[in-house]
Amino acid sequence: MRIRVGVPPTHFRTPEYIQGKQGRIDTLWGAFPNPESLAYGGDGLPAQPLYQVEFTQSDLWSDYQGSSDDKLLIDIYEHWLEPI
Amino acid sequence: MPKVHDRGGWPNDDPIDHDEHEMEEWERQVDALNGVLGDKGLKNTDQLRRAIESLDLKTYESLAYYEKWTAAMEMLLVEQGVMTKQEIDAKMSSMQQEQK
Repeated sequence: MRIRVGVPPTHFRTPEYIQGKQGRIDTLWGAFPNPESLAYGGDGLPAQPLYQVEFTQSDLWSDYQGSSDDKLLIDIYEHWLEPI
Repeated sequence: MPKVHDRGGWPNDDPIDHDEHEMEEWERQVDALNGVLGDKGLKNTDQLRRAIESLDLKTYESLAYYEKWTAAMEMLLVEQGVMTKQEIDAKMSSMQQEQK
């Protein structure tokens, strides 16, 4: 999958350095109240599925010096994912 | 341009400070107050994060971790009408007078 690109002026928990990057879904943690709603006093519903997504570090950083096997694991809500 | 909090630190050649430090009393008080406000339903973690993210760059960079929490809690309490900015400013100046 790929991470959606977008920088809303509101609260979100998808860092910009992974936006537009391709990753692989590693784990489904379950569904949780949406923090983008909770942050403004909303009820967070409907709950959003939360995934652990795996990225290759060298895909994220053009000048990455570490091993090509190095990974980043990060939790991302489903509404930030798009199929490739 | 990412928002101010959108990273673990600006990339530079400075070494990472690994020093541990004991929490100071005021930091424990901030942490406790945050817990109480949460228990009373006056804020949640996402609201606190949203308020911290809304600090301007200069303020964000100049405040320590629990100072950011304090600024965010003030913002949220004013937003919800629990107290006013004027009340907080008046209390601050009377406390500063007492210290003189």
